[in-house]
Amino acid sequence: MTADLRAEGVTKSFGGVQALSRCSLTAPAGQITGLIGPNGSGKTTLFNVMTGYERTDTGQVFLGDQQITGAPPHRVFALGVGRTFQLTRVFPRLTVLENMLVPAQRGRSHRQHRQHALDLLAFTGIADHAGALAGTLSYGQRKLLELAYVLVADPAVVLLDEPAGGVNPSLIHHIADRIRELNEQGRTFLIVEHNMEFVMGLCHQVTVLDSGTVVASGPPAEIRANPRVLDAYLGTDESSADD
Amino acid sequence: MGTEIARAIAAGILGGGVYALMAAGLTLIFGVLDIINVAQGILVVLGGYLSYVLSVHLHIDLLVGLLVTVPAMFVIGVAIYWLFIRPLRGAERTSMTLLACFAVALIIEGVLYRAFGSNYVSLSAWYTTSSVHIFGFYLSDIYLIGFGLAVVAIAALYLILYRTTFGRAVRATMQNQAAARLIGIDVNRVAAVTFGIGTAVTAVGGMVFGASSGGFNPNSGYDLISRLLAIIILAGMGSIGGALVAAVFMTTAEALVDIWQPNWSVAVFYLALVIILTVRPSGLFGRRAVRAQ
Amino acid sequence: MTEQLGAEAPLATDTIQPGTGSLPRTRRRTLALVGVAALAAIVVVYPLVITNATATNFGVVTLIFVAVASAWNLFSGYSGYLSLGHAVFYGTGAYFLCVAAKDWNLSGSAVFWLVPLGGLAAAVIAVPLGLVALRVRRHTFVVITIAFFFIAQLSASNLGVTGGSSGILAPAPGSWDPATYNNPFYYLALIIAAATVALAWQVRRSRFGLQLRAIRDDEDRAAGLGVRAMPVKLAALVVSAFITGMAGALWVFFIGEAFPQFVFDPLFDLAVVLMAFFGGLGTVAGPVLGALILEPTQLWLNLQQSNSYESEILFGALFLAVILFLPRGVVPTASEYAAKLRARWRRSREDAS
Repeated sequence: MTADLRAEGVTKSFGGVQALSRCSLTAPAGQITGLIGPNGSGKTTLFNVMTGYERTDTGQVFLGDQQITGAPPHRVFALGVGRTFQLTRVFPRLTVLENMLVPAQRGRSHRQHRQHALDLLAFTGIADHAGALAGTLSYGQRKLLELAYVLVADPAVVLLDEPAGGVNPSLIHHIADRIRELNEQGRTFLIVEHNMEFVMGLCHQVTVLDSGTVVASGPPAEIRANPRVLDAYLGTDESSADD
Repeated sequence: MGTEIARAIAAGILGGGVYALMAAGLTLIFGVLDIINVAQGILVVLGGYLSYVLSVHLHIDLLVGLLVTVPAMFVIGVAIYWLFIRPLRGAERTSMTLLACFAVALIIEGVLYRAFGSNYVSLSAWYTTSSVHIFGFYLSDIYLIGFGLAVVAIAALYLILYRTTFGRAVRATMQNQAAARLIGIDVNRVAAVTFGIGTAVTAVGGMVFGASSGGFNPNSGYDLISRLLAIIILAGMGSIGGALVAAVFMTTAEALVDIWQPNWSVAVFYLALVIILTVRPSGLFGRRAVRAQ
Repeated sequence: MTEQLGAEAPLATDTIQPGTGSLPRTRRRTLALVGVAALAAIVVVYPLVITNATATNFGVVTLIFVAVASAWNLFSGYSGYLSLGHAVFYGTGAYFLCVAAKDWNLSGSAVFWLVPLGGLAAAVIAVPLGLVALRVRRHTFVVITIAFFFIAQLSASNLGVTGGSSGILAPAPGSWDPATYNNPFYYLALIIAAATVALAWQVRRSRFGLQLRAIRDDEDRAAGLGVRAMPVKLAALVVSAFITGMAGALWVFFIGEAFPQFVFDPLFDLAVVLMAFFGGLGTVAGPVLGALILEPTQLWLNLQQSNSYESEILFGALFLAVILFLPRGVVPTASEYAAKLRARWRRSREDAS
């Protein structure tokens, strides 16, 4: 049921600035893939291209054998690719439960949809806040809510943009556990994250992006030992870690 | 017929200068403050009445009177911002600022009715009745003076925006309010002064409008604001240069249609607006539409 | 941002049953039901008890505005797309009734059948207008709706079919008893108003309403989650236009004639928006309350003053006061206050036990 999500030779520039140049990336089915790189290396742009929020100049995006290049966000979502945003995008003046009911539902009655939503809130651990307005949640709770409502439509592939960014340490463990559990159920993940410990502890595969090109790809241990990665990414860490 | 068309084009271009000036004030306020000042139309009328009072009751020449009316309109603009716009906060701020301006417009209109009644008045000086003979037709001097004033005022706007420290603060605020605040710009002060400047141009606009059109009354604000809104949307909101082009284009088109279909000439404005937006929602010179957040 | 957030909490709590306090909740619901029933009883018997013509006249116009304010809110309040051009739909309904009655030689009670058709005419107009205007957002959308308003006013002044600036007469009413002349208008207005409020309430709790409110909060995100924004927005606009058109048609039949400046009145839009803002934008009860309070007040002020500019100044001042001092509206402010009182009462009871 679940399929690889692949970007092949994706190039994208804004004005004169080259954000991505011939990037290829695979998130293999059933695995957790990490995408890391210094700030401005094009991670979020690649996410946007892969989920239809931005058009690519050249290159293609595939879900399994299906070409999804240039499909609008709602099509990509309907095909089973869900995503979250770096700065969370919940609906602040809807309640938490109402947020859960926004994503399109297929083949479920209203009652089932609601029950499913409540189950997911319980799973992510924010069921107590179901009646609260989403705008009143803490930042970490919003991250969880965003994860929960992306899961409503049972996506086969989930892209998370900095799920641990700005979240307190105890909640980070909680989020990592949820991701692991969902992955064990067969869901594919692609994760952009700055927190190295989080990425290395969670991901099966890691891809490193620098200045819009893929520098390295492989299991965490290999990546950690790769001198090119140290140069490109960890080497510049001091200057980029704070911003 | 040929002369008539040439005359319409000349009048359109010259008249467009004044609309460009009024629209520049509107679009400046929008660019910096993210506010559509729908009171701009009635403020032009108010500016016209100020000139009227000075010239009829105090016998001050219209051009000299600008030395009084421009600062007066500036102060009125700052006051409107400080009292009614600045306190507005919250998720519906966008709508509320627009409605607040609308409410201010109603109050000004009511006050003008009370003070001057609904009779049409027009402004006169020796140069509103004299005319020059060019290209085989006569053009009233006031058109040329108005155009000249508009050019000077727009040039002044540009100098303020691009050659002064204040202008740098305005442009910084335009691009990123939070960042502007971080580098020590008093955003509230910049906003108030910008609103004042955007309003001050209505003094010039009102004088020229009152002297070159057939006359005005407190109800004229609606007609003015509808044209100005059409111009800034057509131009792409926030673009001062675009407002120039759009204003001249619109008034010329209107003057041309006026030759054959006087009743429908105003419709040109809206028709052009609807067509452009269907093809290009961000306007002629606008950047991509901003996300609604 | 944060002070706005509480606005809909009281309504939103309907969607979830927390384990605590279910008893006061049912009691509150009963109270609300009793309140609505009482209000319904009052408005139904009103023209039978109070037969003064001016009073029933006020009643008709107020109910028309209850319908229009609720309809406006159904679109603008829920979706966040602020329309200042609803007078276009109101006027379309009004002119449709006058022109159709003339062409088809209708008069008396038969004219009432033109009211829903007037709504239909407005709904048809709303489709192309929506397709153009709903492509842009925020300020640009507002300004486009204003432009549509001016186009409509201009057309009404210049087209032959509308009688131009000299206006057009509404069809002759029946030879009804002068004592109860207003009653047919009153009850039809009541039906339209009640149906609109019921619809607004249904939409508020429906998936359609949820999608509208999601669009209001973050349209791009909603679209990314599979909400088909354009059809949803357009549907809301068309429904809103339909009701507004019916209200306009009924109103013109009641008033007796249509002039461009009178039918397409910028104050109309502002009045409707004020009612919604005053009561509480995006709530069901808000626009109703706003119309019930503000419209009779305005009618009464008009009676007191011979000069229209005085009511204009008053109206502008009132609007500013509402925006500055009651920005969220009466209903959200009051229900939040009530919630606070309830919480305090509960706490004191817990302390006591």
